Amino acid sequence: MKLLLRRLGLYLITAWVAITANFLLPRLMPGNPIEQLIAKLQGRVTPQMIRAIKLQFGQGLNQPLIVQYGHYMSGLFHGQLGESITLSQPVSQVLGGEIWWTIGLIGTAAVLSFLIGTTLGVIFGWRRGSRLDAVIPGATFLQSLPYYFLGTLLIMFFAAKMHWFPIEGAYDTGAQTPGWNWGYILSVLRYSQLPIISIVLSSLAGWMLGMRNMMVTTISEDFVLMAVAKGLPRRKVMWHAARNAVLPSVANLALTIGFLVSGSLLVEQVFNYPGVGNLLVNAVGNEDYPLLQGIFLLVTFTVLGANFLADALYYLLDPRTRVSGQSQ
Amino acid sequence: MKHLQLPKSLKVRIGLAGLGMFILLTIIGPWIAPYDPNYTGFAQNASPSWNHLLGTTIQGQDVLSQLLIGCRSTMVVSFIAGFLATIISIVIGVASGYVGGKADEGLSVLSNVFLAIPGLPLLIVLNSYLPAGQQTNPLVIGSVIALTGWAWGARVLRAQTLSLRDRDFVEAARIIGEKRVRIMFGEIGPNLLPILTSSLLFTILYAVGVYTTLAFLGLTNVSTWNWGTMLYWAQSNNAGLAGEWWWVGPPGIMIALIGTSLALINFGIDEFINPRLRAGGVSAKLRRASGAPRRPRLGLTPVLHKSTEAGSR
Repeated sequence: MKLLLRRLGLYLITAWVAITANFLLPRLMPGNPIEQLIAKLQGRVTPQMIRAIKLQFGQGLNQPLIVQYGHYMSGLFHGQLGESITLSQPVSQVLGGEIWWTIGLIGTAAVLSFLIGTTLGVIFGWRRGSRLDAVIPGATFLQSLPYYFLGTLLIMFFAAKMHWFPIEGAYDTGAQTPGWNWGYILSVLRYSQLPIISIVLSSLAGWMLGMRNMMVTTISEDFVLMAVAKGLPRRKVMWHAARNAVLPSVANLALTIGFLVSGSLLVEQVFNYPGVGNLLVNAVGNEDYPLLQGIFLLVTFTVLGANFLADALYYLLDPRTRVSGQSQ
Repeated sequence: MKHLQLPKSLKVRIGLAGLGMFILLTIIGPWIAPYDPNYTGFAQNASPSWNHLLGTTIQGQDVLSQLLIGCRSTMVVSFIAGFLATIISIVIGVASGYVGGKADEGLSVLSNVFLAIPGLPLLIVLNSYLPAGQQTNPLVIGSVIALTGWAWGARVLRAQTLSLRDRDFVEAARIIGEKRVRIMFGEIGPNLLPILTSSLLFTILYAVGVYTTLAFLGLTNVSTWNWGTMLYWAQSNNAGLAGEWWWVGPPGIMIALIGTSLALINFGIDEFINPRLRAGGVSAKLRRASGAPRRPRLGLTPVLHKSTEAGSR
């Protein structure tokens, strides 16, 4: 339990750092981006909006920083992320609508890629030194391909040329109306296939290579030799070793989720898929700072939450963490 | 320490050759580029030909010239970021592993916090607050990337320092009365070298990834040529949908190739640090030649003599 509590403490600190960075950055950056933004917005949006932005970023309020910080924190605890400049809606409302697309897409892809990659890694590690080793350089190359490039290639061949998948979007906007009807659900599933495949393909290799290396290391442990000596069937020995080799992969799960989420924000850009990544890029383009900040916080909190789940899983799987209560 | 020699592993050699090629391109790229990458007067959307080895874009620009010139910007930013991040991770990782106690706890929390914050969104936020003129400055972008990318290296270095700290040779140096800084850099430092190199390569890899990503999203100055901006223009002109592979392909493949080179070198370092990864990795050809079983057997590390050595024994 001690380990889990420590991790929870760490994530709380991280969340606090992210919030504080969000608060300080626009105020302390050279060139004062917020002042420039407000100057640009004069006449384009309502005076109330400008007042709201000024309030949120503490422009021309003549309050000491610490008082502003207090206001900012108490606002956050009440779920106030400010108003989006371009969409004229509360940021929390904008995000609440879009996040499910991202969670659905990236969540599915992450689970699939972990399962497939780890399984392949077990097999390749077990057969080390065989012809299967030839896959390693190929997998490394696949891993080095940027998400967005792989996505573009997939669209180019499988969607634009072969017409196996739809080219972009999240569902057939012409034929379907969003809601709980079969046509819509099936359409969403169909449109998510290629984005999911692209994420799985480019993140698969990392899991596979990591698992292979762990497997190779584990195989030379005494308990595996013991299992062989007992005359266990090979398949059982493999499973035996794999269960022990998977631990670092699970421990890495927490670290990788952040990378995965960061990278997948791009998939939405490539496939013109709705979601937080798309929102983020638009927010930067339009200098919609409140929205930008809200997205950053949301993504950070989601990643931290996912990390905590991964840690809890590790805690369940590895009894050693329960006994000694030390971090790895 | 043993005399350094050319690494035997084929993977590492390929990796080093690849990296060398990219460094060469970084230096001579702008000189050997056949045309001005901004010149728009060529035939539009032309597929590769002798005049334009990689074809032209929809604006009638030469793709090869953009690719060659873009190499420098991509590599310079990535290397700046990689080196800066590694310096931060050395200072924080080694100090926290060596000093221990409260300082270690504080620094560990710091690097764990930076590990947990998703890097790319943080980078996008930081980047968007930069004054417009600074977004093209490689040093500024490199520093910002380094700021989001040092934590992993610090963590690995801390773990290694921790395991080295109590070894006998360090203890001996301490008893002799060596200064702390000297022990850190003179005794522990050299033993961190493989891990340090690996973390440097990893960070450069990360920097190539995020820098081209930022550029692809159009968040850096899109009129500076690098491989990310090339893909940005290709994407915004739907080059993928139009099947213009000569425009989409080369920058993506270059990014992947530099990534592969760095990763291959890293593999070699991994095998150097962890010999077990090598034990089973005797190539099938060598095994057959020396009469060992076709498949490596569990629990047995094959003892192999190369045919020449075998003859002399």
